[in-house]
Amino acid sequence: MTTMAEPEPRSRLSFQWPGRGKLIVGLLVIWLVLGALLRGKQTLSLAPADLTGLHRWFNDLDDSISANRNSNPVFLYFFNEIRLVIDHLVVFIQGLIAQPAYGRPVPVIGWLGVVALVTFLASAFGNLRVGALALVGFTFLGLQGLWQESMDTLALTLAAVLLSLLIGIPLGIWAGTSDRFNAVVTPILDFMQTMPTFVYLAPLTLFFLIGPASATIATLIYSLPCAVRYTAHGIREVPPSSVEAATSLGATGWQRLTGVLLPMAKRTIVLGLNQTIMAALAMVTIAALIDAPGLGKTVLKALETLDVGTAFNAGLAIVVMAICLDRITTAASRRAELAGRGRAPKAWAVKARRPALLIGAIVTLFAVYLSRTYLWAAEFPSTLRNGTDIEIGSDIAKRVSIITDWVQLNLSGVTNGFKDAVTSLVIDPLQTLLVESPWWLVALVLIGLAALLGDTRAVITTVICLAVLLGTGLWQDTMTTLAMVLVATVVTIALGVLVGVWMARNRRVDSVVRPILDAFQTMPPFVYLVPFVALFAASRFTAIVAAVLYAAPVSIKIVADGVAAVSPTTVEAATASGSNTWQIITKVQLPMAREALTLAVNQGLIYVLAMVVVGGLVGAGALGFDVVAGFSQGQLFGKGLAAGIAIVALGIMLNRITVAAAHRQRTV
Amino acid sequence: MAAVTERSQTAIATAEPVVSVRDLWMVFGPKAGGVPSSPELCDLSRRELIDKTGNTIAVRDISFEVAPGEVFVVMGLSGSGKSTLVRCLTRLIEPTAGQVIFEGEDILKADQKRLRELRRHKFSMVFQNFGLLPHRKVVDNVGYGLEVRGASKADRRRRAMEMIELVGLSGYESSYPDQLSGGMQQRVGLARALAVEPDVLFFDEPFSALDPLIRRDMQNEVIRLHRELNKTMVFITHDLSEALKLGDRILIMRDGVVVQVGTGDELVGAPANDYVRDFVSDIPKGDVLTLKWIMRPPSDDDPMDGPELGPDVIVREATRVVLAADKPVRVVKDGQLLGIVGHEEILAIVAGTI
Repeated sequence: MTTMAEPEPRSRLSFQWPGRGKLIVGLLVIWLVLGALLRGKQTLSLAPADLTGLHRWFNDLDDSISANRNSNPVFLYFFNEIRLVIDHLVVFIQGLIAQPAYGRPVPVIGWLGVVALVTFLASAFGNLRVGALALVGFTFLGLQGLWQESMDTLALTLAAVLLSLLIGIPLGIWAGTSDRFNAVVTPILDFMQTMPTFVYLAPLTLFFLIGPASATIATLIYSLPCAVRYTAHGIREVPPSSVEAATSLGATGWQRLTGVLLPMAKRTIVLGLNQTIMAALAMVTIAALIDAPGLGKTVLKALETLDVGTAFNAGLAIVVMAICLDRITTAASRRAELAGRGRAPKAWAVKARRPALLIGAIVTLFAVYLSRTYLWAAEFPSTLRNGTDIEIGSDIAKRVSIITDWVQLNLSGVTNGFKDAVTSLVIDPLQTLLVESPWWLVALVLIGLAALLGDTRAVITTVICLAVLLGTGLWQDTMTTLAMVLVATVVTIALGVLVGVWMARNRRVDSVVRPILDAFQTMPPFVYLVPFVALFAASRFTAIVAAVLYAAPVSIKIVADGVAAVSPTTVEAATASGSNTWQIITKVQLPMAREALTLAVNQGLIYVLAMVVVGGLVGAGALGFDVVAGFSQGQLFGKGLAAGIAIVALGIMLNRITVAAAHRQRTV
Repeated sequence: MAAVTERSQTAIATAEPVVSVRDLWMVFGPKAGGVPSSPELCDLSRRELIDKTGNTIAVRDISFEVAPGEVFVVMGLSGSGKSTLVRCLTRLIEPTAGQVIFEGEDILKADQKRLRELRRHKFSMVFQNFGLLPHRKVVDNVGYGLEVRGASKADRRRRAMEMIELVGLSGYESSYPDQLSGGMQQRVGLARALAVEPDVLFFDEPFSALDPLIRRDMQNEVIRLHRELNKTMVFITHDLSEALKLGDRILIMRDGVVVQVGTGDELVGAPANDYVRDFVSDIPKGDVLTLKWIMRPPSDDDPMDGPELGPDVIVREATRVVLAADKPVRVVKDGQLLGIVGHEEILAIVAGTI
C-alpha cells in the first residue's frame, strides 16, 4: 500500500534493484540449461597422476634449485644464510626445553623446570589464576605422554614469535608514525593474512628446504602481520595532544617514542603479542606438513592412518597449550592496561607482591636446578616410583577410539545417512554443475556475476584470476574446491545470521555463546578435523563440516556485533509503530546491519577456503589434496605448487567480488 | 582588570616586543609554498582555491607583536585558523612563509637542535585536551619538560613540587591523571608548562573542554599567575568574554585573516567592521568601555564644576559617581579637559542602546 502512495524517488530505486536481481537469476538459469546441454564437454579434466607443462617446469625448477643450492650466490649468501640463522635459533630453543642438547641426554631445562618457569612467568606477568592454569595445563601435557612433542611445538612457536616481535615491532612503530609507510604495508599485511596458510608452504620449501627454517618462516608470515598491526594501531591510538605536548616541551624523536608513544601503546602491543602467539601456534601445527616437529606432526600422522584416538590426544594437547598461552597473555595485557591507567591493585597486593615474586623466583630456580640434576625431573615420567602408571595419553586415545568405533558401528546409520543425504542432494549436484560444465561457461558466469554484483575492478580481477586458474592446469580440481567452498559458505552465513541475530537480541544468549565462540577461535584449525573424521570418516562432507565450524564463529560474531550496533532508537521506533519481531528483524535490524552481513560473507569465504583446502588431508581431494601430495611425492611437487597458486587465485577472486559487492551496496 | 589594562599599556609603550610575527602564511596542500607569492591564487576564494590547486590557506599574511609581560589573545571561531597560528609560532606546524622573531631571532630559521633548545627553555604550551601522559603520576607529568632537557631526578622533583603547589594541587602529586577532574588535569598541564620557566606561555583554548564554573576558576588562576609571575602569554580562545577578561590586547581572526587588533575597549568601542560589531554586540558594554569612549565635547551651557574622572575609568565603575552628581562629570587627563559625561551617556550604555 505504501509503495502506491510513494512519490517518484522510491520507484526509481525499485526499478534498479529487481533489475539486477533478475539478471542474476537469469544468468544462473542460462547456466543450468547450458550446463545440462553441454555436460561433460570441454571440462579440462586432469587425472591425479597427470601433469601439465607448467607442473613439469616447476619440477625442473625445483630440481635445478636443489642442484645449485650450494653454488648459486643468491642462495649461498642469502637464502642459505637466513636458513642457517633460523635453524640455529630453533635448535637453540629446542635444546633449552625440548631436545637433548650440549652432550646431555636431556634438554637443558627438564619438564619440572619448564612447568615451574611457565607458572612463575604467568603469575608474575598475569595473575595467580593463570599461574595455576599454566601449572595444571603444562603438567597435563606431560601426563598425556606428549611432553617432548609439546615442547617442540612450543619451541617453534617461541622462535617464530621472537622473530615476529623483533621484526614486527619496529615495522609497527614505523607504520604507526608514518602514513606513507602504513599505506604501503597495509595491503601487504592484508595479503599475508588472507592467503590460506596452506599455500606458502610449498614455495618456502623451494627456497629453505623442508624443516624447521621453512616451518618458522611460514609461521612468521602468518604471525608477523599481527605484531605489526597491533603495534601500529597502538601507536596511532595515542592521543595527538600528548605527542604534541611532548614535542612542545622539546622532546626529541627518541624521547617521544620511549617516553610517550611506547608506554601509551603498551597495552595494545601486549594484546598484539597474544594474537601473534595464537597465530604462530596455529601455523606451527600446520607446518607439520613440511616436517615441522611437534604436536602437529603427531596429529598429521594419526590422521593419515585414520587413528582418531591418537589424533584426538594430540589435538587435545594443542588445545590445552592454546588455552594456556591465550589466557596467560590476555591476563598480562589486562595487567598492562591497569598499570597503564595508573590503577594499582589493592595496597596489600602491592606490598605482598615483591616478596612473593622473590619466593617464586627462588622456587623456580630450584625446580630448574632439580630438572638439570635428576632424571625424574628432566624427562616426564610415565610411572611413579612405586610403579603406578600416570600416563593418561594412551588411555585417552584408547577411549576415544572405543567411542569412535561405537559411533561408527551404531550411529553410522544416522551419520552416514545425514552425510549421504547432504552429499547427494547438495554437494554432488553443485559440484556436477561446476565440474561438468564447459570451462568457458563457468568462467563467463563468474565474470557476469562479478559485473552484476561488483564493479569494473572486480571484473578485471576475476578475468585475471580465471586466466591464472586456467594456466595452472587444475581447472577441474578448482571447481571441486569451489563447490565445497560455496556449500560451506552458505551454511556458515546461515548459521551466522541465525545465531548472530539471536545473540544480538538476547544478552543472555550472547553471554553464553560468545565465550564458546572465543574458545573455538583460539583452537588451531588443524584440530577441527579430528572429531569430524571420527564422526563422518574421511570425505568431502567432513571437510565442509570442519570448514563451517572454523568459519562460523567469525561470521556469527560479525553479524551479532553488526545487529547489536543498530541504533536502539530505530528499533524502538519500529516497535512503536507496531512491527512484530519478524518484521523488526527483517525490515530494520538486518537491512541496517547490511555492512556487517557483507563483511561476514567475505570473512566467511576466506576462512572456509582456508579450511576446505586443509580438508585435503582427510579425503576432501581437489586442490588441497594436490598440495598435500606435492609435499610427499617428488614428481607431484610442481602440481602442488600450481595448486597453491590456484588456491590464491580462487581466494583473491572470491574476496574481490564480495568486497566489491559490499562496496556497491554501500554506495547505492 | 582596569589595573591590568593600564599596566600593560605602559609596558607596550616602552619595551621591545618578545614575539613579533611578520607576514606569516600557513597553506595546507600540495605545493603550498607557491601560494603566498602568487597574487593570482591569493585572490581566489577558499572554495575556488581548493578546487583549483587543492590548497587551503589557514593563516594568511598575519603580522603582530607581543610585548613583554603582555597577555595577547587570539580570538576566532572554529576554522578561523587560530590554533594553526599558535602552532606555527612554536613550529609544531611548519609555517609556509613569513617570520616569527623571538627575542631577536627568527625561529623559522632555527635548525631542529636549536628549535628543541628553544622549546626546552624559552616557551611552553598548554593544550585544549591537556596532553597529559596517563602512565605517569602528576609529579612526573609536571617534571616531564625538565626530564627531556636532562635535569636530575632530585631537581625535577623539587621543581615539580613547587609548581604543583603554585597551581594548588598539593597532595595530588602521586595521583595519575585519570584520577583527577578535568580542571585539575588542566592545572597539571599548566604546572608542566610553568616548570620549565619559559619566557612565553602559549595557551591553545585551554579551558574550552571544562565546565563553565571550573572555566571561571581557571581563568582567575591564569590572572593570578600572570600577576605573580608576569609571564608573557599568548592565549587562543573562541570565547569573547574570556578574551576580554584575560587579554591586554585581542586579535580577532576570521578565515585566516586578521580582522582587528586592539584592547578590549577598542574592539567594543570602535569595531572595525560588521563582523566584529556583531561579535561584540552581546557584551555588556559598561563592563568594557571606558569613559573616553562615551564622553562628549562640552557645550556652552554645560556646567563645568562637576566631579573629575580619568578617561580610562570603566563605565560600570563610574556609573555611581555620574548618577550621584547633579552636574556632568568632567573627563580630565593631565589637567586637560577631554570631554564630559552626563546621565544621558551613562544611561545609554547601561540600557544597552548603543
